[in-house]
Amino acid sequence: MEPPRIRITVTVNGEPYQEDVAATRSLLDFLRNDLGLTGTKEGCGEGECGACSVILDGRLVDACLIFAAEADGRRVETVEGLADGEALHPLQGAFATAGAAQCGYCTPGMLMAGKALLDRNPSPTHEEVAHGIAGNLCRCTGYGTIIQAVMEAAKES
Amino acid sequence: MRPFHYRAPRSLDEALALLTPQAVPLAGGTDLFLKMERRQTQADTVVDLKRIPELGRIEAADGGVRIGALALMDSLGASSLIAGQYEALTRSARVVGSIQTRNRATLGGNLANASPAADTATPLMALGASAEAADATGTRQVPVDQLFLGPGRTALRDGELLTAVLVPALPARAGSAFQRCVRTAMDIALVNCAAFVRLDGDDPDTVAEARIALGAVGPTPLRTASAENCLTGARLDERVVEEAGECAASDAQPIDDVRAGADYRREMVRVLTRRAIWKAFRRARGEA
Repeated sequence: MEPPRIRITVTVNGEPYQEDVAATRSLLDFLRNDLGLTGTKEGCGEGECGACSVILDGRLVDACLIFAAEADGRRVETVEGLADGEALHPLQGAFATAGAAQCGYCTPGMLMAGKALLDRNPSPTHEEVAHGIAGNLCRCTGYGTIIQAVMEAAKES
Repeated sequence: MRPFHYRAPRSLDEALALLTPQAVPLAGGTDLFLKMERRQTQADTVVDLKRIPELGRIEAADGGVRIGALALMDSLGASSLIAGQYEALTRSARVVGSIQTRNRATLGGNLANASPAADTATPLMALGASAEAADATGTRQVPVDQLFLGPGRTALRDGELLTAVLVPALPARAGSAFQRCVRTAMDIALVNCAAFVRLDGDDPDTVAEARIALGAVGPTPLRTASAENCLTGARLDERVVEEAGECAASDAQPIDDVRAGADYRREMVRVLTRRAIWKAFRRARGEA
């Protein structure tokens, strides 16, 4: 059978996009390959590591387990939407200052997990931050500085 | 991935009409996406249920609660209609997967996927809940403890959709608890256990009714009748609870797999059952 395609309209970081995608296309591949937004990473590809975390209609999700078609009519936030021009988002600034990125592969997902947390809970405790990033693995095990950075960002914003 | 048609109906009737034997319903997709990627399903049509608002609701009904099949684990874990009353269910919904999983995975999906380790299955069995199944001809109720036929197999018929879960009113002097053991925070349960206890009206130490359900220790989540019988009518003390744990362990049918050995699982059934009974008992007495 001819691979069925579907026309979707998705708002990504405030920009509306209308695209034809294969029904089998994942949201992750749509963001990276169709829109060229390669900040979002693929780690495990099975919803274990959180490297592909994006915010979909206000909820933190793994983009690798979602069909692009499911995002039709929805709002997606990715790491590219954090900075305002040259001005870093407080989370990005705090990650840089704290040295919260080592190899950097988990960083976009960690930033989005941090954003999803602070959007709901602007002044989290250390434990709440640890829980907030519990679905995101850092294989460099830089959790200490990542948690510290999210706490610092909470203070600033 | 095998190509498929994607459909996103706006109403239940429309969805039921699309659910031919070649179609598969899509809820959160946290299980289905990978099954499709691994070509473990032959479906040529995916029917996304997330555009049907009525399926996502959690509402009070008949003194109990009616949970739409598309209710998110995160919503379930946060629901004030469920917390405090149905403690076992709240706890289970809060530990499924990661935040990302709980923001996507649904109650109906967790049940219909029919994993022997499904975390919400045992609390619902202990609470005496029923699944509502709909097809083009109408709806029927299936008690959750009769829903599972084997790994990945349910009592839902071709063309039937699990639309809601009905949890009956919590009786007076009753409580429930959920226990689970895992290798890592993100893994599925090695063993889980849910207990429901209702105490006698005249003697708050005596169990009038008990339901104990075990997960990941058989081809389906299962009730342990011998542990329930051992509790019913008994004054609860260490010896009785110990005995109920023994009964549960002997009713369990664990296997050896990559996560744990059968002997270890059986031992954990004994431990988790005891803990769940005590917790449910204390909640039934209003002490926790």
